[in-house]
Amino acid sequence: MNGSAVTASQLGLCACHGCGSLSRLVAGSHDMRCRRCGAALHLRKPDSIARTWALLIAAYVLYVPANVLPMMRTGSLFGAQSDTIMSGVVYLWHSGSWHIALVVFIASIVVPLAKMLSLTYLLISVQLGWTQRSLERTKLYRILEFVGPWSMLDVYVVLILVALVQLKGLASIQPGPAVAAFGAVVVLTMFAAMAFDPRLLWEPKERHHV
Amino acid sequence: MFEGSRGPDLTDIPSAVAQPKRKSSPQLIWLIPIVAVLIGGWLAVKTILEKGPTITITFETAEGIEAGKTKVKYKDIDIGEVKSVEFAKDLDHVVLTAEMKKGVAPHLVEDVRFWIVKPRISGGQVSGIGTLFSGSYVEMDRGKSTTRREAFEGLEVEPSITRDMPGRQFVLYGKDLGSHDVGTPVLFRRIRVGKVAVNELNQDGSGITLKIFVESPYDKFVNANTRFWDVSGIDITADASGVKVNSEGLMAILLGGIAFESPVGSGTLAEADPDTVFPLFPDRTAALKQPDHEMLMFTMHFGDSLRGLTVGAPVELNGVGIGEVKSIRTEFSEEQDRFIFPVDVAIFPGRLRAMSRVGVADPTPAEQKARIDKYIENGLRAQLKTGSLLTGQMYIGMDLFPKAAPAKIDWTKSPPVFPTQPGMMVELQATLMNISKKLEDMPIGQISADLRTALQSLNRTLIGAEQMVKRMDKEVAPAAKSALDDARRLLNTTEQTLASDSPLQQDLRTSLRDLSRAAQSLRELTELLERQPESLIRGKKESKR
Repeated sequence: MNGSAVTASQLGLCACHGCGSLSRLVAGSHDMRCRRCGAALHLRKPDSIARTWALLIAAYVLYVPANVLPMMRTGSLFGAQSDTIMSGVVYLWHSGSWHIALVVFIASIVVPLAKMLSLTYLLISVQLGWTQRSLERTKLYRILEFVGPWSMLDVYVVLILVALVQLKGLASIQPGPAVAAFGAVVVLTMFAAMAFDPRLLWEPKERHHV
Repeated sequence: MFEGSRGPDLTDIPSAVAQPKRKSSPQLIWLIPIVAVLIGGWLAVKTILEKGPTITITFETAEGIEAGKTKVKYKDIDIGEVKSVEFAKDLDHVVLTAEMKKGVAPHLVEDVRFWIVKPRISGGQVSGIGTLFSGSYVEMDRGKSTTRREAFEGLEVEPSITRDMPGRQFVLYGKDLGSHDVGTPVLFRRIRVGKVAVNELNQDGSGITLKIFVESPYDKFVNANTRFWDVSGIDITADASGVKVNSEGLMAILLGGIAFESPVGSGTLAEADPDTVFPLFPDRTAALKQPDHEMLMFTMHFGDSLRGLTVGAPVELNGVGIGEVKSIRTEFSEEQDRFIFPVDVAIFPGRLRAMSRVGVADPTPAEQKARIDKYIENGLRAQLKTGSLLTGQMYIGMDLFPKAAPAKIDWTKSPPVFPTQPGMMVELQATLMNISKKLEDMPIGQISADLRTALQSLNRTLIGAEQMVKRMDKEVAPAAKSALDDARRLLNTTEQTLASDSPLQQDLRTSLRDLSRAAQSLRELTELLERQPESLIRGKKESKR
């Protein structure tokens, strides 16, 4: 791949997201509709960078309480206990289940953080108009999109436990405030990834070539 | 690239429908991070606001404590959590850092107490069983002070009394601990009303100090006059009235206990203040004995042997204890040139006063002395007496001896000497001596000679009597025998004569019949003569029938 591809925008064309028909761009007009299905036509996702930033910043903000506040409150005959994600990982590690600890650590701490950092990197690269490594960055974005839903693992586990373990008096599990924050982080990063337009990664190169 | 492509020409592509430009809307997307910041900020503020003070508690050991898991509780409600357990700098202690809940902050004052709750069995109670499963926790007891503090020293032993328990604490001084462990019950009329909170040795080792807690509402039964005594185990007393086994119940036998009671007549006294100090008596009798506040000391010189008289032996007046022997000394008397054995005695005048006279003012010392002088004048003396013939225990009895030699107490001496009367044994000895002396003085030799002559004459008399008896036997007896035979014969004859079928009887009957017939004839004759007197001359007229 040498990156010297012909793009729709170079030809003054735009594909409809809804029905796939090509339309010729009308010069001087920003809001256009598909002649066939009436869907709005965009060359790029609208406000991609701003939206991605907004969602990403929100995710960053909520990442803090997600990790600091307790995820789960366990009450049992033997006393009550509240665990954050990290304390759970530490507990699992110490109790010998280091592989589970690793899974939880990666799925709950590393992955969301990596997603957010990657998106930040992509955004910065777009804003600075880097021309290097466009392909690698695109691959990175694809991974991001793919991984997205999987980091909800914690939330699933907590919610299942909450639903299952409600033995009055003997044991009960309640979700902590971190669950909501964590869920919000995951959802926000997914939306941020969606709002990001990978085509922007190639734009500087195209301009360069033109 | 386009060379090979088949399809519609690019020029055929219709142009898009242009729309009038809409008003540029404000970027709503930025609301999301703003909301996120607000939520995050709110969570942070809430967490910070909820975060209470962090305190440190020092313990000897951190047995059963787990950082991040062990709770601090008050009345079984979580009020904090142990965040870390570390060594103190000197390695002697452990320091627990606990994060308390916010609401507790004002209550973390100087005298707040912390201890580790573990399973415990003591004083008949089992506590902390829950900790077998849940693990230990740190319990807090609230304080009264108002000074806030953040570093505390934990108690090693769970206090049996917490501040929120209504009741009062009292201090008892005793000779030895007995079986009073912390938690030992305090009994009032055999009802468990409290327990021992603290037991410790006095600073100088002279005894023990017990702090007991009497629960409300029973604490109102403790007044200034209340007596406390030890009821550990079984009290067996054997005395003249038999063997008595006394106990405050099975619980007290197993665990020991402290009982209290107020003597009769002290019910009107005000309730005792908390932390009032009381003595702890070994038993009920000792406890309820009238306290002897005042005492008069006397010295007594007995001529008798003091064997069997011990320190503590009673001084009795008519069998009622009014004092006791305090000491028995040995002294050399220069004037008498011999050893004397003064016995120091304490008399408790309070015991001589009737309960009913409580209101009456106590006599002044001068009055007291005058009174004693009067008694002495009347013959009041002390005397050694044997309490038990079996053991030889002695006591001092006070009695009136009107015939005793006059004596007076010299009040200038300290202690004054109380006049004594020789003991019963001494008196008995003296009497016996007198008797033997009199016996000695008797002319026994002469008496025996007289006795012998008397005996000889008696012998002679007896012989004479015997001879007389023999003679009588020989001469009088045969005559008497024949006389008796005659008499018997006479009696036989008389009997025969008087028998119903005897001839005499027959004849008598016949003659009586004849006599009655004669009488009848005579009556007939007289009747005839009455009616026909002429018949006497003319003879009997024949009836004309």
